[in-house]
Amino acid sequence: MKFLCIDCDTQMTFEDRQQPGDGTFAASFACPTCGRRVAMLANPMETQLVSTLGVEIGGRTLDEQPLEFTRKAVAGRDDAFAEDSSPTAPRAPRPVWSSDAEERLTRVPGFVRGMVKKIYSDYARDRSIAEITPAIMDRAREELGLEGM
Amino acid sequence: MNHRTYFDVEGDDRSALGAQVGRQRARVTERLRDVQRVVAIVSGKGGVGKSYVTVALARALARRSAVVGVLDADLQSPTVARLLGAAGPLRVADEAVHPASGNDGILVVSTDLLLDDGRPLAWRTTAGETHVWRGAAEAGVLREFLGDVAWGTLDVLLVDMPPDTGRLADLATLVPQKLSAIAVTIPSDESARSVHRALSAARDVSVPVLGIVENMSGYSCGTCDTIGPLFTGNAGTRLAAAFDVPLLTRIPFVARGASNTWLPAALVDAIAPPIAHRPPATE
Repeated sequence: MKFLCIDCDTQMTFEDRQQPGDGTFAASFACPTCGRRVAMLANPMETQLVSTLGVEIGGRTLDEQPLEFTRKAVAGRDDAFAEDSSPTAPRAPRPVWSSDAEERLTRVPGFVRGMVKKIYSDYARDRSIAEITPAIMDRAREELGLEGM
Repeated sequence: MNHRTYFDVEGDDRSALGAQVGRQRARVTERLRDVQRVVAIVSGKGGVGKSYVTVALARALARRSAVVGVLDADLQSPTVARLLGAAGPLRVADEAVHPASGNDGILVVSTDLLLDDGRPLAWRTTAGETHVWRGAAEAGVLREFLGDVAWGTLDVLLVDMPPDTGRLADLATLVPQKLSAIAVTIPSDESARSVHRALSAARDVSVPVLGIVENMSGYSCGTCDTIGPLFTGNAGTRLAAAFDVPLLTRIPFVARGASNTWLPAALVDAIAPPIAHRPPATE
């Protein structure tokens, strides 16, 4: 898709995209001639339609990861995938979640909650941590740079 | 309004959604470069034993020293991982997901390996109107199962299809060169009608059909060689004649002593020619 500034008859350039976490999508474009800016705002269904195609408005900035769409979209097991380790290699048991940590997890938007839970679970398993508590979540967030999770 | 339209504006389309989709297709082609053939097991209806035939065929081929992969395209009712004894987690390394290893070294990818036990295929989203995008989402998973999994060098990749006929068209779009199909039916007239639709769907998307398997074709108690009646009808013969393809085999329902590794040699031979250079493995 292209955006045209009708007044200037000039193609607008892509500036930025945002996914605020409520299932919607925003992309902004600017006219290089007059500077006018517009934002394209997509509702959750429209956003989901684009997402299911495995494409990104504005073009890809990062290489597609293996099973990227499936891993984002399918609500499945936390331990369905093992990053860079042998599937037969012994791993620490799956950690349990304290009630406080579970409660905190409910504040994460539903559509990314599974992925966030997996990140914390993997963090704990990799360090043989048996129970995930809010303190462990804080530590993981700081070490892994998970602001807002 | 009087302004230029998409093709009038000559500047780059930075989103280039068509090009992104094209790269996805190229990724599938590249990933399957060393897969000799892809065979879809179809029926157009449930309950005829597609998964049984898929698993039995995979094991029979593997025991002839073929390198076999099984992709479970029945995303909502996956069964082959369990039938083949394959378990997760799936290893992610070298920019690919590596398939699980099942019985006889058969490589397996299935949503069964991703879902919690007893839970249906569900989507992480706040978007409503699921019916609008669910088909595209399932096609996306199928595409990634083909293009993002390190299948490596395979003699054959068997694809256990869902009962509906639409998924074969998705598969034909993604794997246009190497794809063929085997149709499974039971003897009944009702099955013949459904499988006829599936075969028509295969013909519509130019997928060659290797033949028909008539499953549950009679009943065996498992203790003697007698095959008694089970269903009325001769769907296998009728479908083979209607589509001018061979009836590869009839498989009886065996009450006791059944093995999911047994298949008539004729069926295995239908797939086996590309791997005939290998000596059969000892049972």
